[in-house]
Amino acid sequence: MKKYLKSINLMELLRPIGQLVVFSLGSAAVLSVIVLALAFVLDYTIVGRTLFAQLKVSLFTYTIVNLPQVLIDGLTLGFVYATVALGYTMVYGVLEFINFAHSEIFAIGAFVGVEILIALQGAGILDHSSLFMSYVFLFLAMLAGMAVAGGAAVTMERVAYRPLRNAPRLVPLISAIGVSFFLQDSIRLVESLTTGQFNRIFPTFGNFDNRLVFGKLPMGTTEIPLGIPIKSVIVIIAALLMLIGLNYLVNATKVGKAIRSVAQDRSTASLMGINVNRIIAITFLVGGSLGGAAGLLYALKFTRIDPYVGFYPGLKAFTAAVLGGIGNITGALLGGIVLGMLETFAGAYLSAFTMGAAGSEYKDIFAFGILILVLIFRPNGLLGENVSQKA
Amino acid sequence: MLKRSFAVLALLVIASMILTACGSTGTTTGTQAAPAAASGNVIKIATQSPLSGDQSVVGADIKNGAQLALTQLSGPLTAMGFTVQLAPYDDMANPDTGVANAKQIVSDPSILCVVGHYNSGVQIPSSEVYHSAGLANVSPANTNPTVTTRGYPEINRIVGRDDVQGVVGADFAASKGMKSVYVIHDKTAYGQGIAEFFQKEAQAKGMQVLGFQGTEEKANFDPIITPIMAANPDAVYFGGMFSQAAVLFKQARDRGYNGMFLSDDGFDSSDAAKIAGQELLGGAGTFYSTVSGPASVYPDTAKFITDFKAAYNHDPQPFAAQSYDSMAICLAAIENAAKANNNQIPTRGQVASAVRALKDFKGITGTYNFNSIGDPTTSKYFVIQVKSADPTQWSSNTIVQTLDIAPPAPQQ
Repeated sequence: MKKYLKSINLMELLRPIGQLVVFSLGSAAVLSVIVLALAFVLDYTIVGRTLFAQLKVSLFTYTIVNLPQVLIDGLTLGFVYATVALGYTMVYGVLEFINFAHSEIFAIGAFVGVEILIALQGAGILDHSSLFMSYVFLFLAMLAGMAVAGGAAVTMERVAYRPLRNAPRLVPLISAIGVSFFLQDSIRLVESLTTGQFNRIFPTFGNFDNRLVFGKLPMGTTEIPLGIPIKSVIVIIAALLMLIGLNYLVNATKVGKAIRSVAQDRSTASLMGINVNRIIAITFLVGGSLGGAAGLLYALKFTRIDPYVGFYPGLKAFTAAVLGGIGNITGALLGGIVLGMLETFAGAYLSAFTMGAAGSEYKDIFAFGILILVLIFRPNGLLGENVSQKA
Repeated sequence: MLKRSFAVLALLVIASMILTACGSTGTTTGTQAAPAAASGNVIKIATQSPLSGDQSVVGADIKNGAQLALTQLSGPLTAMGFTVQLAPYDDMANPDTGVANAKQIVSDPSILCVVGHYNSGVQIPSSEVYHSAGLANVSPANTNPTVTTRGYPEINRIVGRDDVQGVVGADFAASKGMKSVYVIHDKTAYGQGIAEFFQKEAQAKGMQVLGFQGTEEKANFDPIITPIMAANPDAVYFGGMFSQAAVLFKQARDRGYNGMFLSDDGFDSSDAAKIAGQELLGGAGTFYSTVSGPASVYPDTAKFITDFKAAYNHDPQPFAAQSYDSMAICLAAIENAAKANNNQIPTRGQVASAVRALKDFKGITGTYNFNSIGDPTTSKYFVIQVKSADPTQWSSNTIVQTLDIAPPAPQQ
């Protein structure tokens, strides 16, 4: 036992936490400084006067009072993106192709978990369960979602990607798009046949909808409550655990070493006695189950899912992976957090800064505009494509 | 984007497959009864509504209501020797699909009348196709003014209009003493239309409109809620469908917003309670205006509700009764036109003018006369308060206001 404990590489366990803290605080600080500076300048223009006429508060105060809540929301969204981005980045690291069907793996995880919870609720178990048991049920639903999503990812690799492994690079890409449609409509078909409708709603149970309230910030004539819903805390903690686990798996275990070596050079790795097919399957299993877990977390946070639920989070997460530097696990975390923050900042402040002309509906234009700028100056992403240690 | 249009295409294929499957099972009895019915004797009436997707809960009952009316009221036409069939189409709440279906519909000469749609955004482009073919359309649910203001002789509706519905909502807010509102809409012809009329009337009533925004977001409303919390309006108005509104209301209430939620008839679905539940009852409550009360508020719907439950095993969703009446109007018009045409199958043009010519048609949801552009001469508007977080109790939501209002005079 002692020997086993000793073999745990504490450094690798703690490293991602440190990185996450640095990334979160860093992007929060940078973005906060930018909006505050902008607010300070605009305060003396017509923009500030318009807001003052409407809400009896200066633009600078408005910005600073809303800031804590925006940071919390941005961070939560960022963690969701980061967990999905990991799936894209792992597969890219090993196979150098974009698995577009990952967004459907995400949807499968969400559906399996939510169906189990709906069944439990239908049986009357959920409504009368204690707080502890509701967390247990949530955890079980998530495990089931991870298992099915991981299984689906492995099957997908075996059926649709492995036969094409030595084909030109565009071929598996098209195959991935095909798998993506196939899975979307399979979910739709299965749900329609078994439940009669394919829009599912996350059941209300436990205390997930409650809110930890930290207090109220006065602003002009009103007060802004500051708080975080318990489900957001769950999302952040679960994402954190997954990231730590994945980092440990890749950087401190034998399997991880094999994954890294396959990523570096597939044929040499196989000469060294590594079963390349098995390692690639494991990569899909791990990436898929992370995606499945992210799907359930998404359903928990945003309540409503349909078979196409994976499309936008998938697109955003893929973007996050590219933003951070595709193939690079740390980059996926950073990219997810930065994109989540950017989107939330843009959504929350755009209407005040443009005098209501452009509301939060334009947040994506803004967030992706910045993304284009970043990629112009750093085409390999913020942290670069990690070539020597891809997966 | 490429991926999305592919997805739509794939959906279309599947939907059409499902539809043909449904269609064949649904009509087997009819075809068996009259296997060799000369094609000249078959009259079809089409329905178009979302049978799949977000809004299929309501859309499927539009089809079911029409089906029930066809079964119960096609007697006179059958007696004249015609075979009357329903041709249900799934518009997926999508304008492109609606128009594609409409083209199929007009190319089938046995279709003489269309009951549909649920979404104004789908009805408006699709009805251009009906108009070009002179095919009569009776709408059970479309409230956008443009549906009738184009003045097409074939296009009619039996419900009220958004320019009145937005006004009803704003008047209600004013009567509740609301001083400020924040208006959000879903960027569709329907939602944005209603929201604009609401905004206009709210300003006329002296309320402060603190924001006016459109969004297609379906899950994460946090960035939209931040400015709402900062503005702290007395009421939040959503112009659009429940699938967005309920999620927005839930997240805003969770966030600590205590004002009133107000929406339109797109909110009228039990799934709203399934999504938002308890959050709808908190704060100053949740209200929605509608052109269609629960079937039970109309005096003559008791038999319809019993028959509907017997046939489909659930309570009728909103607009099912209107759909029943729309089908009844189609059948009556075809019957009148056929009689005027020596008991032969009438032309589409004859059916269309027969619809417009109906006098004091007595349906289960009211007595209908159409004005020169196809609006009913009076329509009912309701303001309803959500009373229970339990989706099965949705039909027991209470009506707080009922109004009979005539449509704005047609502008020629």
